[in-house]
Amino acid sequence: MSFLEYRVKYVPTGLRKVLYLNWPLIVLVTAVSAVGWLALYSIAGGRMDVWAGRQMQIFALGAVLMFFVAFVPIWFWRNMSLLAYIVSVLLLLVVEFFGAMGMGAQRWIEFGGLRLQPSELMKVTLVMMLAAYYDWLDVKKTSRLFWVLIPVVLTVIPTVLVLMQPNLGTALILLMIGGAVMLLAGVSLWYFAVVIGGVVAAIWAVMASRGTPWQLLHDYQFRRIDTFLDPTADPLGAGYNIIQAQIALGSGGWSGKGFMQGTQSRLNFLPEKHTDFIFTTLGEEFGFVGVFSLLVLYGLILFFCYVSAIQNKDRFSTLLILGIAVNFFLYLAVNLSMVMGLAPVVGVPLPFLSYGGSAMLVLLVAFGLIQSAHVHRPR
Amino acid sequence: MRRSPKETEESARVTHRRALLLGGAMTAMFAVLGARMRYLSVDQADQFKLLAEENRISIRLIPPARGLIHDRNGKLLAGNEQNYRVVITREDAGDVDEVLAKLAHVIPLSAEDLDRTAKEMMRTSPFAPITVADRLTWDDLSKVALNAPSLPGVSPEVGLSRIYPRDTDFAHVLGYVGPVSERDLEGIESPDPLLRIPKFQIGKIGVERWLEDHLRGRAGTRRIEVNAVGRVMRELEREEGDPGADVRLTIDADVQNFVQARLGDESAAAVVMDVTNGDIIAIVSSPSFDPNLFVRGISHADYNGLMEDDHRPLANKTVQGVYPPGSTFKMITALAALKEGLITVNTTVRCPGYLEFGGRRFHCWKRAGHGAVNLERSLSESCDVYYYDIAQRVGIEKIAEMGKLFGLGVRHDIPMSAIAEGIMPNRAWKMERHKQDWRIGDTINASIGQGYVLTSPLQLAVMTARIATGRAVVPRLVKSIDGKETPIAEAPSLGIEEEIMRKIRSGMYAVMNDERGTAKSSRIVDEAMVWAGKTGTSQVRNITAAERARGVISNDQLPWNRRDHALFVGYAPYINPRYAVSVVVEHGGGGSTAAAPIARDVILRAMSDGLPPLSAYPSSQRNRIESMLEKLPLRDADGRAPSSSRA
Repeated sequence: MSFLEYRVKYVPTGLRKVLYLNWPLIVLVTAVSAVGWLALYSIAGGRMDVWAGRQMQIFALGAVLMFFVAFVPIWFWRNMSLLAYIVSVLLLLVVEFFGAMGMGAQRWIEFGGLRLQPSELMKVTLVMMLAAYYDWLDVKKTSRLFWVLIPVVLTVIPTVLVLMQPNLGTALILLMIGGAVMLLAGVSLWYFAVVIGGVVAAIWAVMASRGTPWQLLHDYQFRRIDTFLDPTADPLGAGYNIIQAQIALGSGGWSGKGFMQGTQSRLNFLPEKHTDFIFTTLGEEFGFVGVFSLLVLYGLILFFCYVSAIQNKDRFSTLLILGIAVNFFLYLAVNLSMVMGLAPVVGVPLPFLSYGGSAMLVLLVAFGLIQSAHVHRPR
Repeated sequence: MRRSPKETEESARVTHRRALLLGGAMTAMFAVLGARMRYLSVDQADQFKLLAEENRISIRLIPPARGLIHDRNGKLLAGNEQNYRVVITREDAGDVDEVLAKLAHVIPLSAEDLDRTAKEMMRTSPFAPITVADRLTWDDLSKVALNAPSLPGVSPEVGLSRIYPRDTDFAHVLGYVGPVSERDLEGIESPDPLLRIPKFQIGKIGVERWLEDHLRGRAGTRRIEVNAVGRVMRELEREEGDPGADVRLTIDADVQNFVQARLGDESAAAVVMDVTNGDIIAIVSSPSFDPNLFVRGISHADYNGLMEDDHRPLANKTVQGVYPPGSTFKMITALAALKEGLITVNTTVRCPGYLEFGGRRFHCWKRAGHGAVNLERSLSESCDVYYYDIAQRVGIEKIAEMGKLFGLGVRHDIPMSAIAEGIMPNRAWKMERHKQDWRIGDTINASIGQGYVLTSPLQLAVMTARIATGRAVVPRLVKSIDGKETPIAEAPSLGIEEEIMRKIRSGMYAVMNDERGTAKSSRIVDEAMVWAGKTGTSQVRNITAAERARGVISNDQLPWNRRDHALFVGYAPYINPRYAVSVVVEHGGGGSTAAAPIARDVILRAMSDGLPPLSAYPSSQRNRIESMLEKLPLRDADGRAPSSSRA
């Protein structure tokens, strides 16, 4: 019905769509994933069956999903946005509910042998929802208070649910994604200035109150903040991962110790070496040169997303592609800052590299959406 | 229905502009990350290469042996025994549940053990060993060692754990040790790495807690080379730590044991002090508990039993319990009046059995009255009206000053937990605490150690020692640490004329030895050990005028917790005093019947090498005393409890 709104004069059909895919993006994503397989193979001590093999299977499955999503017209996905958002929120609630009944903090749903983390899914469906919202909204209303509050609520609901898991890292990323899409949609900068100003003032007030009689937190709470911000103060506890990660990265030097030669990861000094801290293995074995090349690959992925977004004359598609790009960038930036000791440790995987099904599948589906927007763009 | 193209174009422009803004921010972040990476792997590479090399070498801590605690004669009060346990390291174990299930087939593991292990694993790092089972037999330990190949990550260990051979006798003095809790760590800025060792035990209360820094010792270190899974390949270097310092207390374990046995099941406290140097010879709170239970992890049933006992075995009544001192306080009131020159030793007061003041009657314990009473008789017969009268002349401020001078309402710093300061009330105190003016009636009550006055048994012992010597004796509990003698606090003169002190002492002598003395049945007949003292009976309830008219209900007819506290303080010998003693029997009835006999046995035990000599007792009492002493459940020379004793 609503594809008419897209003013598409020509849409490729059937297998011809393959020719219109954004191939540079597909190649880049595959290249980054291949680097991940190498790293997992090396960490497992030269064995495929531990991590690398399974990771390749997941990638294959994800690639099939990506192509499937890409072939379905983007207007279909736009109409699905609200439903996808509601389903994601419900899944978060389910996890919350069963998590409370089961042991400790359960964040996933068992799904045919795959563990699906609704919070990962949420990152993409939130972008879809907000993009669809701004596509629907009359542009003149974008900066009116009421119409600004709706996307804020849409962002805050999943954020609170994720925060209750508790997963501070993902919650912050959700907030930033929501903020980014609103910024891109053209919400007045004054709103951002007020919110950022308020947050900065609140943090300043709390920290400045330390040691004064009207202190806002207890002393031990301040000490927890201290260890959170400076984990090196506790080298055998919270700081262990960070210190070991930096040793691994640093000891790689200019060109690295060579493939399969890393001592840090292979001697088990890094607890999360195959998941969140996989970057350290690369740093150790391939050195500055290898890591810099990886950063270039990531940069190129973002670049091609940007080009595709700006070419696209459809508002939903533009916001969707940029939102997914921001999401991708946040994964990257938070993970790398954490590993390099620039930010506190929060559990965020490195996109396409870290071992684990959920994030990989969701990201590939998200790139499928980008492809769909690219194939079915107005021309 | 679509919006007009113009708006779309303008909104697209906004979106593109903002996208470029975000793109710029992303590029900046990439630059930061690249620069950081360059810093780490190019600029700092050499340093980190060195650290990576060092990482193959792991440093493990060797916990030091905790310092031993002895009594003044070198008898062991707190020692260490070998303890076999099994630990598991999550990282090496792989599938923890499977390994634990296998382990449960080898040694008996309770559901509680498994539950605790699972909980601890959630909290600790994967490479930290966690104790699965503690206090295993040698057999069980061997089984684990034998099955080691099929139990990855599991290893048997030998450690030391605390043991208190004289369990109940020293529970309140020594306290006990327990595993480090989050709360213990909270107050410490940079905790000793030892505290992070799982199950490392530190002092929780009592001497164990207050001398923790001396007793703990310094950790040793082991540099070991580890292989890829963290298994130890060889030891490269070993640096032994320093064991904790040994501590010697001033307490005589045998006297302590005698006092504990003598107090029996009473809810009571007794303190014996050497007046010449302040050494505490025995400090006993009864009933007691077995601190070894706490070291091993006390069961809920045992703990609830201790908590629900109305005799409060967990409370250390010697320093933590505060009681109205009753008539044992009268020396202080008399001293205040004498020092101010408001009365002389010959001043007499007429006692008609009560004192009328402001429409209220303050009764003497003797309804018929004592007639004309002077200082000596006021003490020996414990006349209350005499003190009501002189207290009004001297006033509460001077009485409180005198009380503090003699150590009442003052905190005496000995390494024990929950030391109470007691209350030595005056005008300012009442205004601050109750927001009320001080009344003369309050002074009258305070004059006989009732009303607001509260003192601990330790304070009463200090008071007695100070009366006996005229010097500011300070209590000492620790004789030496690591062989170095703890200095004895200087005991300057209290600055009260010797003439006055002599009169007070002779009044206390009359309490024990005068024909009409309140405690004459607890006198000592042996010339060399003759003693002086003062009884006290403090009310824990108000006696109404109506009850007084009907006749005061006697203690036997009241429920236990409404009966009077029985108190006694005394010192011996009368000439050249050596020991001071204080006894409080909660709800024991009268001081002369419940507390004084205990105090006599205790001080005689302190003055002799073995049991109190029968020759010291009046001949008519010897048979009864002999059979009582025989029945006491005393420990043998090695500190073992008699088999019949309550464990």
